[in-house]
Amino acid sequence: MAIVEKVLGTEFIKKFPGGSIGLAASESVFKWAKASSLWPMTFGLACCAFEMIAAGAARFDIDRFGSGVFRASPRQCDVMIVAGTICVKMGECMKRLYAQMPEPKYVIAMGDCAISGGIFYHDTYSVVKGTESLGIPVDVYVPGCPPRPENLLFGLMKLQEKVRKEKNAGK
Amino acid sequence: MQASEIFEHIKLKFPQVSVDELGGAVVVPKELFLEVAGYLKSGELFFDNLHCVTALDRKDRIELVYIFYSFKMRHRLILKVYLPAGDPEAESLAQFYRSADWFEREVYDMFGVKFRGHPDLRRILNPPDWEGYPLRKDYSHPDLIIKPRD
Repeated sequence: MAIVEKVLGTEFIKKFPGGSIGLAASESVFKWAKASSLWPMTFGLACCAFEMIAAGAARFDIDRFGSGVFRASPRQCDVMIVAGTICVKMGECMKRLYAQMPEPKYVIAMGDCAISGGIFYHDTYSVVKGTESLGIPVDVYVPGCPPRPENLLFGLMKLQEKVRKEKNAGK
Repeated sequence: MQASEIFEHIKLKFPQVSVDELGGAVVVPKELFLEVAGYLKSGELFFDNLHCVTALDRKDRIELVYIFYSFKMRHRLILKVYLPAGDPEAESLAQFYRSADWFEREVYDMFGVKFRGHPDLRRILNPPDWEGYPLRKDYSHPDLIIKPRD
Protein backbone atom coordinates (compact mmCIF):
# COMPACT_ATOMS: atom_id res chain seq x y z
CA MET A 1 0.00 0.00 0.00
CA ALA A 2 2.96 2.31 -0.41
CA ILE A 3 1.38 5.01 -2.55
CA VAL A 4 3.91 7.59 -1.49
CA GLU A 5 6.91 5.54 -0.61
CA LYS A 6 8.54 8.03 1.68
CA VAL A 7 7.90 11.33 3.30
CA LEU A 8 8.31 14.20 0.85
CA GLY A 9 11.67 15.89 1.04
CA THR A 10 13.48 13.22 3.04
CA GLU A 11 15.65 12.36 0.04
CA PHE A 12 17.30 15.76 0.42
CA ILE A 13 18.44 15.11 3.98
CA LYS A 14 21.90 13.68 4.24
CA LYS A 15 23.17 12.38 7.59
CA PHE A 16 26.54 13.64 8.66
CA PRO A 17 28.44 13.02 11.87
CA GLY A 18 27.28 15.63 14.31
CA GLY A 19 23.98 16.45 12.56
CA SER A 20 22.24 16.42 9.19
CA ILE A 21 22.38 18.71 6.18
CA GLY A 22 20.14 19.33 3.22
CA LEU A 23 21.83 18.60 -0.09
CA ALA A 24 20.04 18.63 -3.45
CA ALA A 25 19.94 20.14 -6.91
CA SER A 26 18.13 23.47 -6.81
CA GLU A 27 15.61 22.32 -9.41
CA SER A 28 14.48 19.39 -7.33
CA VAL A 29 14.07 21.69 -4.34
CA PHE A 30 11.91 24.03 -6.40
CA LYS A 31 9.83 21.13 -7.65
CA TRP A 32 9.44 19.81 -4.13
CA ALA A 33 8.32 23.24 -2.97
CA LYS A 34 5.94 23.59 -5.91
CA ALA A 35 4.40 20.15 -5.43
CA SER A 36 3.95 20.78 -1.72
CA SER A 37 2.06 24.05 -2.12
CA LEU A 38 -0.46 23.56 -4.89
CA TRP A 39 -3.01 26.22 -4.13
CA PRO A 40 -6.45 25.40 -5.50
CA MET A 41 -9.08 27.84 -6.65
CA THR A 42 -12.29 28.36 -4.68
CA PHE A 43 -14.39 27.01 -7.46
CA GLY A 44 -17.20 24.49 -7.18
CA LEU A 45 -19.73 23.91 -9.93
CA ALA A 46 -22.09 21.27 -8.56
CA CYS A 47 -22.39 18.48 -6.02
CA CYS A 48 -18.74 17.37 -6.38
CA ALA A 49 -17.87 20.68 -4.77
CA PHE A 50 -19.18 19.33 -1.47
CA GLU A 51 -16.77 16.45 -1.61
CA MET A 52 -14.06 19.00 -2.31
CA ILE A 53 -15.22 21.03 0.68
CA ALA A 54 -15.19 17.87 2.80
CA ALA A 55 -11.65 17.22 1.60
CA GLY A 56 -10.77 20.70 2.78
CA ALA A 57 -12.36 20.28 6.21
CA ALA A 58 -10.85 18.71 9.33
CA ARG A 59 -11.79 15.07 8.72
CA PHE A 60 -9.84 14.68 5.48
CA ASP A 61 -7.73 17.83 5.74
CA ILE A 62 -6.28 18.62 2.33
CA ASP A 63 -3.94 20.98 4.17
CA ARG A 64 -1.72 17.99 4.97
CA PHE A 65 -0.69 18.08 1.32
CA GLY A 66 -0.17 21.83 1.21
CA SER A 67 -3.34 22.41 -0.81
CA GLY A 68 -5.58 23.84 1.86
CA VAL A 69 -5.18 27.42 0.76
CA PHE A 70 -8.28 27.84 -1.41
CA ARG A 71 -7.74 31.19 -3.09
CA ALA A 72 -10.64 33.37 -4.15
CA SER A 73 -8.73 34.80 -7.09
CA PRO A 74 -7.47 32.80 -10.09
CA ARG A 75 -4.35 35.00 -10.11
CA GLN A 76 -3.11 33.33 -6.92
CA CYS A 77 -3.89 29.73 -7.86
CA ASP A 78 -1.83 26.82 -9.10
CA VAL A 79 -4.51 24.22 -9.58
CA MET A 80 -8.10 24.41 -10.74
CA ILE A 81 -10.23 21.60 -9.34
CA VAL A 82 -13.16 21.33 -11.75
CA ALA A 83 -15.68 19.97 -9.27
CA GLY A 84 -19.01 19.41 -10.93
CA THR A 85 -21.20 19.72 -14.01
CA ILE A 86 -20.06 22.32 -16.51
CA CYS A 87 -22.96 24.18 -18.05
CA VAL A 88 -22.56 25.89 -21.40
CA LYS A 89 -22.85 29.28 -19.76
CA MET A 90 -20.33 28.39 -17.05
CA GLY A 91 -17.93 27.01 -19.66
CA GLU A 92 -17.22 30.51 -20.91
CA CYS A 93 -16.43 31.66 -17.36
CA MET A 94 -14.18 28.64 -16.86
CA LYS A 95 -12.17 29.44 -19.97
CA ARG A 96 -11.66 32.96 -18.67
CA LEU A 97 -10.71 31.75 -15.18
CA TYR A 98 -8.21 29.31 -16.64
CA ALA A 99 -6.71 32.06 -18.80
CA GLN A 100 -6.36 34.27 -15.72
CA MET A 101 -4.35 31.69 -13.77
CA PRO A 102 -0.59 32.27 -13.84
CA GLU A 103 1.76 29.60 -15.21
CA PRO A 104 2.51 26.94 -14.15
CA LYS A 105 -1.11 25.86 -13.82
CA TYR A 106 -2.72 22.48 -13.41
CA VAL A 107 -6.24 21.16 -13.75
CA ILE A 108 -7.89 18.31 -11.87
CA ALA A 109 -11.14 17.12 -13.47
CA MET A 110 -13.12 15.85 -10.51
CA GLY A 111 -16.11 13.63 -11.09
CA ASP A 112 -17.74 12.11 -14.16
CA CYS A 113 -19.38 15.36 -15.27
CA ALA A 114 -16.09 17.21 -15.43
CA ILE A 115 -14.49 14.28 -17.28
CA SER A 116 -17.09 13.57 -19.95
CA GLY A 117 -20.45 15.06 -19.04
CA GLY A 118 -21.29 12.04 -16.91
CA ILE A 119 -24.99 11.34 -16.50
CA PHE A 120 -25.69 14.48 -18.53
CA TYR A 121 -23.93 13.12 -21.61
CA HIS A 122 -27.16 12.09 -23.34
CA ASP A 123 -30.25 14.19 -24.03
CA THR A 124 -28.98 17.33 -22.33
CA TYR A 125 -28.71 20.58 -24.22
CA SER A 126 -27.02 22.66 -21.55
CA VAL A 127 -24.03 20.61 -20.39
CA VAL A 128 -20.51 20.68 -21.81
CA LYS A 129 -19.12 17.19 -22.48
CA GLY A 130 -16.15 17.44 -20.17
CA THR A 131 -13.36 19.87 -19.39
CA GLU A 132 -11.22 18.83 -22.36
CA SER A 133 -13.96 19.77 -24.82
CA LEU A 134 -13.60 23.37 -23.65
CA GLY A 135 -9.96 23.31 -24.71
CA ILE A 136 -8.67 23.26 -21.13
CA PRO A 137 -5.95 20.60 -20.71
CA VAL A 138 -6.51 18.24 -17.79
CA ASP A 139 -3.63 16.83 -15.75
CA VAL A 140 -5.44 14.42 -13.46
CA TYR A 141 -8.84 12.78 -13.85
CA VAL A 142 -10.62 11.74 -10.67
CA PRO A 143 -13.54 9.49 -11.64
CA GLY A 144 -16.60 8.90 -9.49
CA CYS A 145 -20.08 10.27 -9.09
CA PRO A 146 -19.14 11.95 -6.87
CA PRO A 147 -15.62 10.80 -5.95
CA ARG A 148 -14.99 10.53 -2.24
CA PRO A 149 -12.61 13.01 -0.62
CA GLU A 150 -9.99 10.24 -0.46
CA ASN A 151 -10.19 9.95 -4.24
CA LEU A 152 -9.57 13.66 -4.59
CA LEU A 153 -6.63 13.43 -2.22
CA PHE A 154 -5.25 10.54 -4.26
CA GLY A 155 -5.69 12.63 -7.41
CA LEU A 156 -3.83 15.45 -5.72
CA MET A 157 -1.00 13.08 -4.77
CA LYS A 158 -0.83 11.94 -8.39
CA LEU A 159 -0.60 15.57 -9.45
CA GLN A 160 2.22 16.14 -6.95
CA GLU A 161 3.97 13.13 -8.42
CA LYS A 162 3.58 14.62 -11.87
CA VAL A 163 4.94 17.97 -10.72
CA ARG A 164 7.96 16.31 -9.10
CA LYS A 165 8.73 14.34 -12.27
CA GLU A 166 8.48 17.26 -14.64
CA LYS A 167 11.49 17.69 -16.91
CA ASN A 168 11.88 21.44 -16.51
CA ALA A 169 10.66 23.38 -13.53
CA GLY A 170 9.04 26.09 -15.64
CA LYS A 171 6.53 23.73 -17.29
CA MET B 1 -61.91 26.81 -0.75
CA GLN B 2 -61.95 23.58 -2.73
CA ALA B 3 -60.90 23.51 -6.38
CA SER B 4 -64.45 22.71 -7.49
CA GLU B 5 -65.84 25.71 -5.60
CA ILE B 6 -63.25 28.00 -7.15
CA PHE B 7 -64.17 26.64 -10.55
CA GLU B 8 -67.85 27.39 -9.89
CA HIS B 9 -66.95 30.96 -8.95
CA ILE B 10 -65.03 31.47 -12.16
CA LYS B 11 -67.68 29.71 -14.20
CA LEU B 12 -70.34 32.11 -12.92
CA LYS B 13 -68.32 35.08 -14.12
CA PHE B 14 -66.88 33.54 -17.31
CA PRO B 15 -69.10 30.81 -18.78
CA GLN B 16 -66.52 29.95 -21.49
CA VAL B 17 -64.00 28.36 -19.10
CA SER B 18 -63.83 24.58 -18.77
CA VAL B 19 -61.96 21.87 -16.87
CA ASP B 20 -59.10 19.97 -18.53
CA GLU B 21 -59.17 16.22 -19.21
CA LEU B 22 -57.61 15.31 -15.86
CA GLY B 23 -60.02 17.51 -13.95
CA GLY B 24 -57.38 19.35 -11.93
CA ALA B 25 -57.01 22.53 -13.93
CA VAL B 26 -59.19 25.27 -15.31
CA VAL B 27 -58.78 25.88 -19.04
CA VAL B 28 -59.26 29.44 -20.17
CA PRO B 29 -59.56 30.54 -23.83
CA LYS B 30 -56.55 32.69 -24.66
CA GLU B 31 -58.68 35.69 -25.70
CA LEU B 32 -60.24 35.75 -22.25
CA PHE B 33 -57.06 35.07 -20.30
CA LEU B 34 -56.11 38.61 -19.32
CA GLU B 35 -59.64 39.31 -18.15
CA VAL B 36 -59.77 36.13 -16.03
CA ALA B 37 -56.36 36.90 -14.52
CA GLY B 38 -57.51 40.40 -13.60
CA TYR B 39 -60.55 38.88 -11.91
CA LEU B 40 -58.42 36.35 -10.00
CA LYS B 41 -56.12 39.11 -8.81
CA SER B 42 -58.70 41.63 -7.69
CA GLY B 43 -61.96 39.67 -7.42
CA GLU B 44 -63.43 37.89 -4.42
CA LEU B 45 -61.06 34.91 -4.78
CA PHE B 46 -58.03 36.96 -3.56
CA PHE B 47 -55.35 35.25 -5.63
CA ASP B 48 -52.53 37.55 -4.56
CA ASN B 49 -49.64 35.27 -5.51
CA LEU B 50 -48.60 33.84 -8.85
CA HIS B 51 -46.75 30.76 -7.71
CA CYS B 52 -45.43 29.28 -10.94
CA VAL B 53 -45.65 29.58 -14.69
CA THR B 54 -44.55 26.71 -16.89
CA ALA B 55 -45.50 25.13 -20.18
CA LEU B 56 -45.97 21.75 -21.83
CA ASP B 57 -45.26 20.88 -25.45
CA ARG B 58 -48.06 18.56 -26.64
CA LYS B 59 -46.79 18.70 -30.24
CA ASP B 60 -50.12 19.93 -31.65
CA ARG B 61 -50.39 22.67 -29.04
CA ILE B 62 -48.46 24.35 -26.26
CA GLU B 63 -50.11 24.48 -22.86
CA LEU B 64 -49.26 27.28 -20.50
CA VAL B 65 -49.72 26.26 -16.88
CA TYR B 66 -50.21 28.87 -14.19
CA ILE B 67 -50.45 28.13 -10.50
CA PHE B 68 -52.10 30.84 -8.43
CA TYR B 69 -52.12 30.92 -4.65
CA SER B 70 -53.98 33.02 -2.15
CA PHE B 71 -52.24 33.81 1.12
CA LYS B 72 -55.44 35.23 2.55
CA MET B 73 -57.76 32.34 1.66
CA ARG B 74 -55.07 29.63 1.57
CA HIS B 75 -56.35 28.07 -1.60
CA ARG B 76 -54.78 27.55 -4.99
CA LEU B 77 -55.76 27.24 -8.60
CA ILE B 78 -54.12 25.61 -11.61
CA LEU B 79 -54.99 27.44 -14.77
CA LYS B 80 -54.16 26.37 -18.31
CA VAL B 81 -54.12 28.26 -21.58
CA TYR B 82 -53.83 26.33 -24.84
CA LEU B 83 -51.79 27.94 -27.58
CA PRO B 84 -51.32 26.76 -31.16
CA ALA B 85 -47.90 25.21 -31.91
CA GLY B 86 -45.55 27.04 -34.21
CA ASP B 87 -45.37 30.63 -33.12
CA PRO B 88 -47.26 30.79 -29.81
CA GLU B 89 -48.14 34.14 -28.31
CA ALA B 90 -49.89 34.93 -25.05
CA GLU B 91 -50.74 37.89 -22.88
CA SER B 92 -48.26 38.78 -20.15
CA LEU B 93 -49.38 38.83 -16.54
CA ALA B 94 -46.59 41.19 -15.50
CA GLN B 95 -49.07 44.04 -15.03
CA PHE B 96 -50.88 42.03 -12.30
CA TYR B 97 -48.08 39.99 -10.75
CA ARG B 98 -44.46 41.15 -10.51
CA SER B 99 -43.31 37.52 -10.25
CA ALA B 100 -44.67 36.87 -13.75
CA ASP B 101 -41.76 38.86 -15.16
CA TRP B 102 -39.09 36.18 -14.65
CA PHE B 103 -41.46 33.20 -14.95
CA GLU B 104 -42.51 34.35 -18.39
CA ARG B 105 -38.93 34.98 -19.38
CA GLU B 106 -38.16 31.37 -18.48
CA VAL B 107 -41.10 30.07 -20.50
CA TYR B 108 -39.96 32.23 -23.40
CA ASP B 109 -36.42 30.90 -23.02
CA MET B 110 -37.44 27.24 -22.95
CA PHE B 111 -40.56 27.12 -25.14
CA GLY B 112 -40.46 30.26 -27.27
CA VAL B 113 -43.81 31.60 -26.12
CA LYS B 114 -43.91 35.33 -26.79
CA PHE B 115 -45.69 37.35 -24.11
CA ARG B 116 -47.41 40.50 -25.28
CA GLY B 117 -46.97 43.42 -22.93
CA HIS B 118 -43.99 41.91 -21.08
CA PRO B 119 -41.62 44.62 -19.81
CA ASP B 120 -38.36 42.86 -20.64
CA LEU B 121 -38.75 39.71 -22.70
CA ARG B 122 -35.33 38.14 -23.20
CA ARG B 123 -33.61 34.88 -22.29
CA ILE B 124 -33.04 34.27 -18.59
CA LEU B 125 -31.19 30.94 -18.23
CA ASN B 126 -29.56 30.22 -21.57
CA PRO B 127 -26.89 32.49 -23.05
CA PRO B 128 -28.35 35.49 -24.91
CA ASP B 129 -27.11 34.24 -28.29
CA TRP B 130 -28.69 30.80 -27.88
CA GLU B 131 -30.66 29.51 -30.85
CA GLY B 132 -33.86 27.53 -30.54
CA TYR B 133 -36.02 26.63 -27.57
CA PRO B 134 -34.57 23.60 -25.72
CA LEU B 135 -37.71 22.16 -24.13
CA ARG B 136 -39.68 21.99 -27.37
CA LYS B 137 -40.17 18.42 -28.58
CA ASP B 138 -38.69 19.21 -31.99
CA TYR B 139 -35.54 20.85 -30.58
CA SER B 140 -32.24 19.75 -32.03
CA HIS B 141 -28.67 20.96 -31.65
CA PRO B 142 -25.35 19.62 -33.00
CA ASP B 143 -24.02 19.08 -29.44
CA LEU B 144 -27.15 17.29 -28.29
CA ILE B 145 -26.45 13.55 -28.20
CA ILE B 146 -29.65 11.51 -28.22
CA LYS B 147 -29.49 8.37 -26.11
CA PRO B 148 -29.99 5.27 -28.26
CA ARG B 149 -33.29 3.64 -27.33
CA ASP B 150 -33.92 -0.06 -27.83
